[in-house]
Amino acid sequence: MAVLTPELRAQAEAIVARYPRPRSAILPLLYLVQSVEGWVSPEGLREVAELLGLRTAEVEAVATFYTMIRPRPTGRHVVNVCTNLSCALRGGRDVYAAAREAAGLRPGEESSADGLFTVREEECLGACDGAPVMQVDFANHERVTPERARELLDALRRGEVPAPSRGAAPRDFRHACRILAGVEDLA
Amino acid sequence: MSDGPRIITAHWGDERVIPYEGYVRVGGYEGLRRALAMSPEEVIAEVKASGLRGRGGAGFPTGVKWSFVPQDTGKPTYVVCNFDESEPGTFNNRELVEREPHQVLEGIAIAAYAIRSNLAFIYCRGEFLWPGSVLRRALEEAYEHGVLGERVLGTDHRLDVVLHRGAGAYICGEETALLSSLEGYRGQPRQRPPFPAIEGLYASPTVINNVETLCFVPHILRNGASWFTSIGTERSPGTKVFSISGKVERPGNYELPMGTPFRVLLEEHAGGVLGGRALKAWTPGGSSTPMLTAEHLDVALDFESVQQAGSMLGTGAVMVMDETDCMVEAVRRMVRFYAHESCGKCTPCREGTWWVSRVLDRIEAGYGRPEDLPLLEDLVPNLLFRGFCPLLDGAVSPVASGLRHFREEFERHIEERRCPFTGRGSATGVAEPPAPPAPQEPAPGPVPLSEVLG
Ligand SMILES: Cc1cc2nc3c(=O)[nH]c(=O)nc-3n(C[C@H](O)[C@H](O)[C@H](O)COP(=O)(O)O)c2cc1C
Ligand code: SF4
Ligand code: FES
Repeated sequence: MAVLTPELRAQAEAIVARYPRPRSAILPLLYLVQSVEGWVSPEGLREVAELLGLRTAEVEAVATFYTMIRPRPTGRHVVNVCTNLSCALRGGRDVYAAAREAAGLRPGEESSADGLFTVREEECLGACDGAPVMQVDFANHERVTPERARELLDALRRGEVPAPSRGAAPRDFRHACRILAGVEDLA
Repeated sequence: MSDGPRIITAHWGDERVIPYEGYVRVGGYEGLRRALAMSPEEVIAEVKASGLRGRGGAGFPTGVKWSFVPQDTGKPTYVVCNFDESEPGTFNNRELVEREPHQVLEGIAIAAYAIRSNLAFIYCRGEFLWPGSVLRRALEEAYEHGVLGERVLGTDHRLDVVLHRGAGAYICGEETALLSSLEGYRGQPRQRPPFPAIEGLYASPTVINNVETLCFVPHILRNGASWFTSIGTERSPGTKVFSISGKVERPGNYELPMGTPFRVLLEEHAGGVLGGRALKAWTPGGSSTPMLTAEHLDVALDFESVQQAGSMLGTGAVMVMDETDCMVEAVRRMVRFYAHESCGKCTPCREGTWWVSRVLDRIEAGYGRPEDLPLLEDLVPNLLFRGFCPLLDGAVSPVASGLRHFREEFERHIEERRCPFTGRGSATGVAEPPAPPAPQEPAPGPVPLSEVLG
């Protein structure tokens, strides 16, 4: 089964046209594939390669370099908790532990068995004035306590989109990937 | 509170300047208008005369960089705005974009005119979902109002700006890695020279500037170079947006004249150390700049003075640690970042950051060995300046400065077999830390095998 529908293929071609050279479109195209699958599967890699006239291995070499391109199935929501210095000084590690627990992760697990959450320990998210910082699908929540982290995950479990500290939030990880591909925008 | 002149944050808090009309109402795009009435060479001369230095870390004079761009290569020229902001502790680019996105666009447009470029890119950090959307909206407005497009402000200068989102790799902030990434390769640094100004994006002349740097440009065009040099210090003119975080009462971004003493930033603006505790350590410019201590409270925050004090101004990102914070843990956390973000291209960095991480992990966990401190001290000079790019030097900074200023804390960890701050360690039954994930495999460089093999 093809990952990209004819409609998405048309969007992919518009993305390629933004750049002087097609290969520059590789990241947005990977995001586009990821917005369908929630990750980039081998079939997804093949389709990106075909769109750009590259070999699959060349696309894979690029995809594996970037942590936001997911090489395995990913939860509906991606929760990133910053534990870099300024957040660690303000309790970021406790927030990370609480988020993992609330997602129901066992040691060593990154994604929950119910497919709802992927929880990651993140490096500085460029918002240290709001430490500790937690992102839900790349929308920032600042000054998060372990208690607040649990509340946020509960809200997501109920299907809500919690309001971030600034700006607007995407519905879920796949929606975030459409925004990152540049084919949709935040409200 | 001593209030100096605020230039690029003057309208912060006023949400009306976010949309195009509000920005224009406060004088926005006046700098671009002036620039377009001058020749590109005159624009470069003005920026040169202002002494503006890059705010992305290295402090290179902006006008000088622009003047390196050759105009006789027959190739197009490009401007790239570096909005990858990922140096730990740094968050001013993000707020500059969120609060006044057109200011950055105006800077980009002036830079493009100055080097006769018709295409610019904004490399936006992937995790900056909302800030990127703010920029996207501003770009749409700029096209609608004829600031971008076929005829910039009615002149025959053409400019398109493409927003490009990264995908989670600190190294892509390094300018040559950024170019590899923007060309669609793994984000690994390239040999310099040739410098990007000569051979950058698609091997064409390219100017790369930080968001904050570009924000100053419209004001310099509007108010003149001599106005800018009247602020700050002689060799570091203008203001700087300092990001301060960690153990302070009021973390945030504060725009102050270059040369403002650290004490003023900490005490008058950030409200002092959290809970009135004593200052122990601070980074002047992100975690890759050597830490300073309470003895350095009166160091002036400009490129030269911070260097004299044994560190670097870097991105002006101050992370503050107080008397209750463990320096071994702080150093361990900082080094882990670089070990994680090492792009894997060169051995000293790929392997070195991994080994230093292992040693620090075991010291913090109470499994340190007496020979570990000499080992770390030996690693420092063996790693410094041995990497292909400066990322490795950033990894070494916290280790070297941690040992320089806080050696006795490292010694106590080893002697007591636990962390003296948390009380936890092998002495209290903490398990020996497992090895961190293995270093990355050496990765294919920007030239794919298929091209080499034909
Ligand atoms: C490891 C590393 C990471 C960097 N990250 C950034 C960054 O995120 N943003 C940035 O503007 N400059 C970053 N730089 C500096 C850039 O290489 C470059 O000097 C800068 O973008 C030039 O702009 P400026 O002259 O306006 O400062 C980084 C440098 C290194 C070595
Ligand atoms: S020093 Fe580190 S980040 Fe820089 S090229 Fe070498 S491996 Fe990559
Ligand atoms: S250290 Fe957490 S956002 Fe910077």
